[in-house]
Amino acid sequence: MAEVLVAVEHAGETPKKVTLELLTLARSLGEPSAVVLGGPGDTEKLVDRLGEYGAVRVYAAEHEDLDGYLVAPKATVLAGLVRSINPAAVLLPSTQEGKEIAGRLAVKLDNGLLTDVVDLAADGTATQPVFAGSVIVTAKVTKGLPLVTVRPNSVTPSQAPVAPMVSTVEVELTDADRLVRVVERRAEQKGTRPELTEASVVVAGGRGVGSAENFALVEELADLLGGAVGASRAATDSGYYPHQFQVGQTGKTVSPQLYIALGISGAIQHRAGMQTSRTIVAVNKDAEAPIFELADFGVVGDLFTVVPQVVEEIRKRK
Amino acid sequence: MNIVVLVKQVPDSGSERRLRDDDYTVDRESASNIINEMDEYAIEEALRLREAYGGEVTILTMGPARSVESIRKALSMGPDKAVHVQDDALAGSCALGTSRALAAAIRTLSPDLVLAGAESTDGRVQAMPHMLAERLGFAALTGARKLTVQDGTLTVERQTEEGYEVVTAATPAVVSVWDTINEPRYPNFKGIMEAKKKPVTTLGLAELGLAAGEVGSAGATSTVLAARNRPERQGGTKITDEGAGGTKLVEFLASEKFV
Ligand SMILES: Cc1cc2nc3c(=O)[nH]c(=O)nc-3n(C[C@H](O)[C@H](O)[C@H](O)COP(=O)(O)OP(=O)(O)OC[C@H]3O[C@@H](n4cnc5c(N)ncnc54)[C@H](O)[C@@H]3O)c2cc1C
Ligand SMILES: Cc1cc2nc3c(=O)[nH]c(=O)nc-3n(C[C@H](O)[C@H](O)[C@H](O)COP(=O)(O)OP(=O)(O)OC[C@H]3O[C@@H](n4cnc5c(N)ncnc54)[C@H](O)[C@@H]3O)c2cc1C
Repeated sequence: MAEVLVAVEHAGETPKKVTLELLTLARSLGEPSAVVLGGPGDTEKLVDRLGEYGAVRVYAAEHEDLDGYLVAPKATVLAGLVRSINPAAVLLPSTQEGKEIAGRLAVKLDNGLLTDVVDLAADGTATQPVFAGSVIVTAKVTKGLPLVTVRPNSVTPSQAPVAPMVSTVEVELTDADRLVRVVERRAEQKGTRPELTEASVVVAGGRGVGSAENFALVEELADLLGGAVGASRAATDSGYYPHQFQVGQTGKTVSPQLYIALGISGAIQHRAGMQTSRTIVAVNKDAEAPIFELADFGVVGDLFTVVPQVVEEIRKRK
Repeated sequence: MNIVVLVKQVPDSGSERRLRDDDYTVDRESASNIINEMDEYAIEEALRLREAYGGEVTILTMGPARSVESIRKALSMGPDKAVHVQDDALAGSCALGTSRALAAAIRTLSPDLVLAGAESTDGRVQAMPHMLAERLGFAALTGARKLTVQDGTLTVERQTEEGYEVVTAATPAVVSVWDTINEPRYPNFKGIMEAKKKPVTTLGLAELGLAAGEVGSAGATSTVLAARNRPERQGGTKITDEGAGGTKLVEFLASEKFV
């Protein structure tokens, strides 16, 4: 069976959920091979988990410069690997870095690229939601192999354990790969919450939340549901919540099982980032708020009375 | 420091956007077209750098004839001149084709710095800065929320999933900006009047040394097979809170197995 390359994205010692989703998708296309692009020793920590999700082979490309310089070194290594093994397809996560590596790969290999894909068939036909999910397109790479970036939460990850064969990849870089040096990397505390784009539950707050302090209420509900916290642009612009949690056209696109919008009006640019969520719940004191047009369940009311009751009721049931 | 700012004209995301029925490209005739929002932040950043270090700011746009409206609007904020890459053979370009044409145009300008938006609101491919850097041999620093320049060294603070990171590079470089980087100025009357007289050079494929087969639909490396409108989401149950709204909400969550 033909190899399907999956570029592994990992946080510390574990592959991100999107990587497990990609491996699951890869199994329907051929034989999944995971490619670890990281620092010395990274592969060893990841290999078991990659095997659980069906990575028949794990390519270990390890070099401190893969971490120490932005994007270009990863693209160079991946391009070399694609040239030498000629896989049936290459899958990357549709995250900022995934898209950037893919963009460089496309130029290096003069190969077409499809981004924000939610499904890929064995014949290379990709499904892409465009214009904020209002139009669904099917598309195909016509030059080269299917090179696609896949959106987090598009596939349900499932296990298919194998014992992976690990091969070391020679990392050969040139000065052109070392143009952008990382001088500092700082994690911003978000506790134990799942990552916004990967979470199966997102609780988001808008201008109606009213202040940074009040966002504690949004966080409380998110934590009870094991979810991530999101925010509208009005909320991030007002400094209620950090910008990296903004959902919408100029923020993150999320597609969780459950999206709860608190004090968010539902502007088209906000909907752009969340309207493909499976179930949408809204609390808003304005009965005419457009968010209700897409909510499966809406409560017209003051979030400061409704949400504490929700929290209390969930606690009672636990 | 000579700066090129990439400005794309896009259909307004606040109005209805559609794909054409024949070739599935963006229906740019029916849409109201505006400057891609993120690109206004790139223009602002370029103007601030010019104010601090001198040099010239050039707007670079690839797009059909009507893109000139956006070019004039961009110029009214304060840049010196513009280059408009325009050729019928460019219609239907994929990201690779677009990057080929833009890279050729950038070469004619030999900038120290290319500023771009982090992503466009229509294609959202988010790869243009790296595609250009790869073609030009420039450094690419993307998603900047802060940019500083000292003695030809660029330092960028960028948002990541985990927090943020600081990266540095020497010029020439491509830097893409996020909308947290600054607050773009509004064009004033003087700026609008001056923009009408600023030079806009139009370059076609011949001037860029490109063949028709390398770009546009003829050179596209991917193709859209079909497009359909997603059925509009229908609102479901809507209740008014009369004291038990929260409890009813939890009952709904329980019925959907979320609690
Ligand atoms: C190019 C462009 C890109 C954009 N990108 C984004 C984006 O990525 N993400 C995004 O979110 N927006 C984006 N916007 C902004 C968007 O148009 C809206 O302005 C924004 O989404 C509004 O946020 P909001 O719903 O929190 O605020 P508002 O529209 O002010 O809504 C607040 C809501 O809270 C309700 N409310 C107030 N108090 C309470 C209470 N006590 N209890 C219950 N409800 C209450 C109100 O009834 C109201 O409906 C973009 C805009 C543009 C032009
Ligand atoms: C709905 C839709 C989906 C698409 N999907 C794909 C796809 O999957 N694969 C593919 O190869 N192509 C795709 N395209 C085509 C692609 O969007 C165009 O080729 C586009 O010009 C480049 O990509 P982008 O705008 O998405 O770039 P991005 O990387 O998102 O743009 C970043 C920045 O680059 C600059 N820039 C981009 N285009 C121009 C321009 N024409 N002139 C000046 N500056 C510019 C701007 O500063 C912009 O902010 C798609 C187009 C649409 C409308």
